[in-house]
Amino acid sequence: MFKWFENIGRYTLLMQKVFSRPEKMRIYRERIMYEMEALGLNSIGLTAIISVFIGAAVTLQMAITLESPFIPQYLIGYATREVMILEFSSTVVALILAGKVGSNIASEIGTMRITEQIDALEIMGVNSASYLILPKIVATVFFFPFLAIFSMLIGITGGYSIAAITGIMKTSDYIDGLQYCFYLSEIWYALVKMVFFAFIVTSISSYCGYYAKGNSLEVGKSSTQAVVISSIAIMICNLVLTQLLRT
Amino acid sequence: MIKAQNIIKSFEGRTVLNDISVEFGTGKTNLIIGRSGSGKTVLLKSLVGLHEVDSGEIYYDDVCFSTLDFKHRKAIRKDVGMIFQGGALLDASTVAENVKLPLDLFTDQSEEEKLERVNDCLKRVNLDNAHNLYPSELSGGMIKRAAIARAIVMNPRYLFCDEPNSGLDPQTSIVIDNLISDITKEYNITTIINTHDMNSVMEIGEKIVFIYEGNKWWEGSKDDILQADNKELNDFVFASAMAKRAKQSIK
Repeated sequence: MFKWFENIGRYTLLMQKVFSRPEKMRIYRERIMYEMEALGLNSIGLTAIISVFIGAAVTLQMAITLESPFIPQYLIGYATREVMILEFSSTVVALILAGKVGSNIASEIGTMRITEQIDALEIMGVNSASYLILPKIVATVFFFPFLAIFSMLIGITGGYSIAAITGIMKTSDYIDGLQYCFYLSEIWYALVKMVFFAFIVTSISSYCGYYAKGNSLEVGKSSTQAVVISSIAIMICNLVLTQLLRT
Repeated sequence: MIKAQNIIKSFEGRTVLNDISVEFGTGKTNLIIGRSGSGKTVLLKSLVGLHEVDSGEIYYDDVCFSTLDFKHRKAIRKDVGMIFQGGALLDASTVAENVKLPLDLFTDQSEEEKLERVNDCLKRVNLDNAHNLYPSELSGGMIKRAAIARAIVMNPRYLFCDEPNSGLDPQTSIVIDNLISDITKEYNITTIINTHDMNSVMEIGEKIVFIYEGNKWWEGSKDDILQADNKELNDFVFASAMAKRAKQSIK
């Protein structure tokens, strides 16, 4: 329990260091662009593949489960849209990115720690926490919501494609379902969640890497720890945000 | 000049540095020697501020470095260069980008001026053709030379080297030693080298401090070391049979 409080204290102090005034804005802008490519653009492929298959699978499941003459078929499209927008494209995609981006950040910063690269920055007089972590946080907080929108579109397209390919339902019903009871606020809700999740994944993973010590085994452990803690934090945050924003 | 006064440092109740006082002169190549685990790396990292000392003071010329806060230390750190054991070059940056980083962050020079300075430093360490190579593409000696170039790019007044020869063959070690020694004289800087390489001691050691089990056990010059009547120092310096024979022949 004491260790837990110690970690929260250290995390808070690290964030304070991260959000102190940057050395030179031009350098930070360049680093933010680099991180957007490394952490955001490079995640598009994975997000697309998972979203298209989940969208198709949800549509199939709904079509099989709701097979009844008393239930209108457009509800399959409606359910697919709701699943994709409200939970999958924000929460589940964030969990997947916690695995990909989170472990990447923790192992990168952890390796820099044990090979004394962070010490080298400190010796130069650089605020290493801000220099290394702030661009990653800004890049993911800005880019992850775009990944969420992308995932929604791809997932819904996956559902449409499976309906068209298998003929399990009429595509016109699917499109009617997509338009049924649509509120733009649901998209905003998903995007707000994604901003919080992006911060959680990046800051927790950076923390785990920044305080890694020892050898490559410890870097591996810190990387695993980053994914586990980020995932749990995402689930708790999801519950809190859903309660706050949807009720 | 860098001076440590009565510094004590312990980790989890274990004293690693025990009341060490020592002074390192300007324009000299100062060496800290000792067995693995004797506390010399902790001493070096304490001098440079990577470890906070439990008690005692560290002075950079007339400024008490150990009592300064982060902001004021930052001003001194712009005058500090450090060469780490593994080089510690940023993996994601090329050699030129690594050397240019301090200039990018702390100067208002134009891009041309910065590139000119980077070229000068890389030329100084004989790495003219490695601008666009990444650290993973360099040999051990090249990594050390790139690290030296990065350490001198801001014209430091203090240079710290943590085992600059580790992992290098004897010939490359001598090249690196001479490079550090020449740079020390050229820029008139205070250089402190942490080593257990006896070739370095005999080659460039102007002032040598021997650390034994966290204590300052002996200090002197490379000429004094041959005559020293200190059992622990002699055991360390003349550990190999060849060194023992060499000492006998000198006697």
